[in-house]
Amino acid sequence: MNDFYFEEANVLLNLEAENDKDVLVRMGRNLQKLGLVRKSFIDAIVAREEEFSTGLPTSSVSVAIPHTDIEHVKQKSISIGVLKNEVAFGVMGDPEETTPVKVVFMLAMDETHSQLYLLQRLMSIFQHNTMLTTIAQEQDKAKIVRLVKSELEEINEGGEVTWQKNKY
Amino acid sequence: MAKKQVLVACGAGIATSTIVNNAIEEMAKEHQLDLDIKQIKIAEVNSYAETADLLVTTATIQKDYDFPVITARSFLTGIGVEDTKKQILDALLK
Repeated sequence: MNDFYFEEANVLLNLEAENDKDVLVRMGRNLQKLGLVRKSFIDAIVAREEEFSTGLPTSSVSVAIPHTDIEHVKQKSISIGVLKNEVAFGVMGDPEETTPVKVVFMLAMDETHSQLYLLQRLMSIFQHNTMLTTIAQEQDKAKIVRLVKSELEEINEGGEVTWQKNKY
Repeated sequence: MAKKQVLVACGAGIATSTIVNNAIEEMAKEHQLDLDIKQIKIAEVNSYAETADLLVTTATIQKDYDFPVITARSFLTGIGVEDTKKQILDALLK
């Protein structure tokens, strides 16, 4: 997956935060500490979330996918934060409503249009109940990294072709 | 049928609109629709106000437009995807 970075240091477990902004600041600081984003990323992601909320109710636990413009990112990565207690995030496209978010997938994207497969695989995690529940409960960061990587690494057309062959 | 212009917009124009864009491209292929799909930031919608036939977005729209607006969060969560696809098709086949 070229220069995509996702290791144990990108995973924050039992994250305690007062509100959505607090979650973003803590996760953003961690990415900055890892050298993956610029300092400006933190303010930018907080401002973006205020304007366009990213909470997503799924069929299991609610997630949020905060992200911001590419100029704040040094290296493409994601960060996963599992919250100790759920925190209310505005629902994407529906700012009057909030959803109690348990798992935050913070996206640090460095290109505009070429990350379709990565995003699609990420969305497939949201649509995969057991995987999301596992991430929400797992206490071993290494296991979360393995699980998410194995899901994201299916980002080649090969996987899709095989699936279609099986179908017929 | 004239080529319809479909705007796909999200806050940043990078993440969620990419997913929705792809979903609509697949629908267009499946139903043999000739579409002009524009993936944009929500702030850019106004510049297409004269030419757009449909806006599909994951963000909030405060303004009224002359074309239909469909919310497409379902492409991200998987909940209600078929309903959203039907809404989009209905709007395009009108």
